[in-house]
Amino acid sequence: MLKDITLGQYFPGDTVVHRLDPRTKLILTVAYIAAIFMVGSWGGYALVFAALAAVCAVAHIKPRALLKGLKPLVFIIVFTAVLNLFFTRGDDILFQWKFLRVTYTGVERAVSMVLRILLLVSGTFLLTYTTSPLAITDGLEKLLSPLKKLRVPVYELSLMMCIALRFIPTLIEETDRIMSAQKARGADLETGTLPERARALLPLLIPLFISAFRRADELALAMECRCYNGGEGRTRMKELHMAWRDGAAFALGAALIAGILLLRRLGI
Amino acid sequence: MSLIELRGLTHIYSQGTPFEKKAIDDVSLAIEAGQTVALIGHTGSGKSTLISHLNALLKPSSGTVLLDGEDIFASKASIRAARFRVGVVFQYPEYQLFEETVFADIAYGPKNLKLDDSEVDRRVREAAAFVGLDADQFDRSPLELSGGQKRRAAVAGVLAMEPDVLVLDEPTAGLDPAGREDLLARLFRWREVRGATILLVTHDMSIANRCERLVVMSGGRIVLDGTPEEVFAHDGQLVSIGLDLPAAAHIAKLLRERGLDLPAGIYTLDRLAEAILALRGKGAGPC
Repeated sequence: MLKDITLGQYFPGDTVVHRLDPRTKLILTVAYIAAIFMVGSWGGYALVFAALAAVCAVAHIKPRALLKGLKPLVFIIVFTAVLNLFFTRGDDILFQWKFLRVTYTGVERAVSMVLRILLLVSGTFLLTYTTSPLAITDGLEKLLSPLKKLRVPVYELSLMMCIALRFIPTLIEETDRIMSAQKARGADLETGTLPERARALLPLLIPLFISAFRRADELALAMECRCYNGGEGRTRMKELHMAWRDGAAFALGAALIAGILLLRRLGI
Repeated sequence: MSLIELRGLTHIYSQGTPFEKKAIDDVSLAIEAGQTVALIGHTGSGKSTLISHLNALLKPSSGTVLLDGEDIFASKASIRAARFRVGVVFQYPEYQLFEETVFADIAYGPKNLKLDDSEVDRRVREAAAFVGLDADQFDRSPLELSGGQKRRAAVAGVLAMEPDVLVLDEPTAGLDPAGREDLLARLFRWREVRGATILLVTHDMSIANRCERLVVMSGGRIVLDGTPEEVFAHDGQLVSIGLDLPAAAHIAKLLRERGLDLPAGIYTLDRLAEAILALRGKGAGPC
């Protein structure tokens, strides 16, 4: 069932990680991504992994939930691994079979690329697992607000993002429903040639588009009924506040990056 | 042998995640050919989940679904066969309409059955006549129809597959009273002509009491099962699981409490009127 998709899902909770200011989490996530690319030794990967595991433990996120989120990426991961394994040039040949040549550098590169992808994706999942979509857009809006001076419509952008995120589960549910209805009329979505399958999607896509437009219309009407007229001068119900824990989180983040750089320097 | 039989059916949504939810809990149920059955329960009692198993849209977490004694999940072919033999009309079916014309939309199911054009044509016309859609609507876009007509077109789309069992999830939700009566009467008429079995999912008791058999669900289990008389006799239990009595049964109950000597087993307005007139004939009581 489509309902089982975990991508970008939020698991409500009340841990320190959940309560961190979304801005903190966004900045730290970006820093975390940068940090992964600064790693230059196996010890560095171990350190990043340890940090990830620690955050998971504090946030009460089961490792299984993270692994489940990685499932859709298996193809990309395998593809990257194979590409790096066979197409890295080097002199330290491990074995050779016809034109396939595996070098020691290739193995090393493949393993570290896979580790990077895994750590990167699970780290960003932690953000969406512990932060509600609303909080993320709020945080983004605040972080991007300096761009308002450059006439970037930050408020409108974040509202659009917020609405888009809000409607993902609704649209998934709707897709599920229409799929059931068409399958009940004998629709066959799983077999056939590619053009046949593409045509078989029409009975699904057309009602989905119609209902998406209807929903958009209804939402616009509902917003107008409540006198919505744009972002200028709007106050918010929940103001964002940085707290001591945000300071602590930044300190830990800085420590992680320092640790990575140190290990790289030492070559461990 | 029963036409449809559920044995120990259990369905758990999102098994193994924090959102795990047991929607159906060990349900066993047998439906005979030709019966009209109403499946009643308040929102979230598992009715809709249950019917999605009847045409193999959902696979049970445990338990089996038998159609004519054979497991419908045995093979891909048996799943497909179940889809055609058990026609399901979901809630608000008008959202499934997608074709350019009403005719093409009703023909979608029969075409998936790989019938030839003349047979498709016959079935579409017959199904449209059953639900009361005129042939002059055939060339319109289904999106131009009124709400009630859209509903009819969507129901016709399932009727045109000529299923042995017709399952309808709240077929009259959102229709006005006249439209509701009309659609129900037409569905029952279709059943009579085709000799089919009907399973109606509803929480409207005035619809339920037209069926021969009522099955009441609560919390994913079957709590009552029997004729309307038998089920409505448990009025206290029905109210406690959040269901109403039919209006007639409710009035009869209030009259009895006021001291009128009405017999038990009144759940339609006709019966109520008869009983009251009978009392009047006897000249007993205050009316």
